Amino acid sequence: MTQVSMTVNGKMVSKDIDPRMLLVDFLREKLTLTGTHTGCETSHCGACTLHVDGRAVKSCTMLAVECDGRDILTVEGVSADGSHPMQKAFTDHHGLQCGYCTSGMIMIGLDIAKRHGTPDRETIRTELKGNICRCTGYQNIVSAIEAGAVATTDAVENEDA
Amino acid sequence: MHSFEYHTPKTLKAAAKLAASLGRPAFLAGGQTLLPEMKGRRAAPSDLVTLSGLLSKKIKMSGDTLLIGAGATHAEIAEDPLVTKHLPALADLASQVGDPQVRHRGTLGGSLAANVPAGDYQAACWALDAEIHTVTRVISTRDFFTGAGTTALEKGEIVTAVTFRTTNKAYFTKILDPAARSPLVGVFVALLEDGPRIAVSGARSTGAYRHEAAEAALTQDFSVTAVEDIKTPEGEMMSTLYADERYRAHLVNILIRRAVGGC
Repeated sequence: MTQVSMTVNGKMVSKDIDPRMLLVDFLREKLTLTGTHTGCETSHCGACTLHVDGRAVKSCTMLAVECDGRDILTVEGVSADGSHPMQKAFTDHHGLQCGYCTSGMIMIGLDIAKRHGTPDRETIRTELKGNICRCTGYQNIVSAIEAGAVATTDAVENEDA
Repeated sequence: MHSFEYHTPKTLKAAAKLAASLGRPAFLAGGQTLLPEMKGRRAAPSDLVTLSGLLSKKIKMSGDTLLIGAGATHAEIAEDPLVTKHLPALADLASQVGDPQVRHRGTLGGSLAANVPAGDYQAACWALDAEIHTVTRVISTRDFFTGAGTTALEKGEIVTAVTFRTTNKAYFTKILDPAARSPLVGVFVALLEDGPRIAVSGARSTGAYRHEAAEAALTQDFSVTAVEDIKTPEGEMMSTLYADERYRAHLVNILIRRAVGGC
């Protein structure tokens, strides 16, 4: 067993774990944060996407022990009530069907907005290479991220002003 | 995933020494090749030695070559102002590795050490006379890559940096598997002071290589027309479920034209 300490959604956590435990399993099993989903487990689908030190990564392709001392943001930490502009955009544009890929899509959507500001649809499609929606609901996911990026950027600018 | 002992050495030197003394060790950099292999139980190291925080991410000009620290992630290479200025084709290549999540974690050193058959950087290494620096020595591209998934790295040897010759006249392009979105074949073209270079990745089972016939054609005339009739021998190509020898040879021919056109 190895002791690991990290900040998850602003809270410091510390646990003894088997070093082979994946970050996604750590969050789901040790912290009961089940918003981050395990999809393919082969690093393809992106359902487990979250942010480590401010950048989107696949939490099924990181060991929890690698996150010692790092800052983790999961979908639960985006807002307390689903009111973040990116989350709202997924509701407004019906950016989900079964909902399995949604938390990963929201987390990559936030990452895309952070890096590209207000990207066009083609950029969003390219940036979604690591996130699969098996319902194939991409049209609305792209629309949601497009609108969510605009709303997120506006919100950030208003904060700065 | 099989169990392993996890080690967090404090220095690169300590990491190298420790790994050399272990049974079946593996170094963990970004883990974007290694962890999927371990999850699939295709790799089962007895010990995982993390290089987190130990590898340099520094990118700088070293003489007339570009030196990139082995710990630089694909995203960091893609965004770096020196890479964008002196070797834009490499920044472009890095911006297309895997997907955004992989680019945030995966490192240059890890990619070269893993040497997956269709790895994009290998083509750049062959085209730009890359030299791979390790904790103990400097290895040329020709000597470093010894076959798919294997390298000249010895037990306990860690890649620390890579140098590339620079040029603004270069281009990388690849064809992705339509389902898996992993690269099938990639071509890196560069016009260097001493002549044109064409390197191909993902085509031969032995790894990336320089396409000498196409280089000879371009030496006379660096144009798309000069490579229009290039015929890559099918017998040299590897064959997989999604791309047989004939299709791969065809892709190489097409990509050479596209890459020269993109320069």
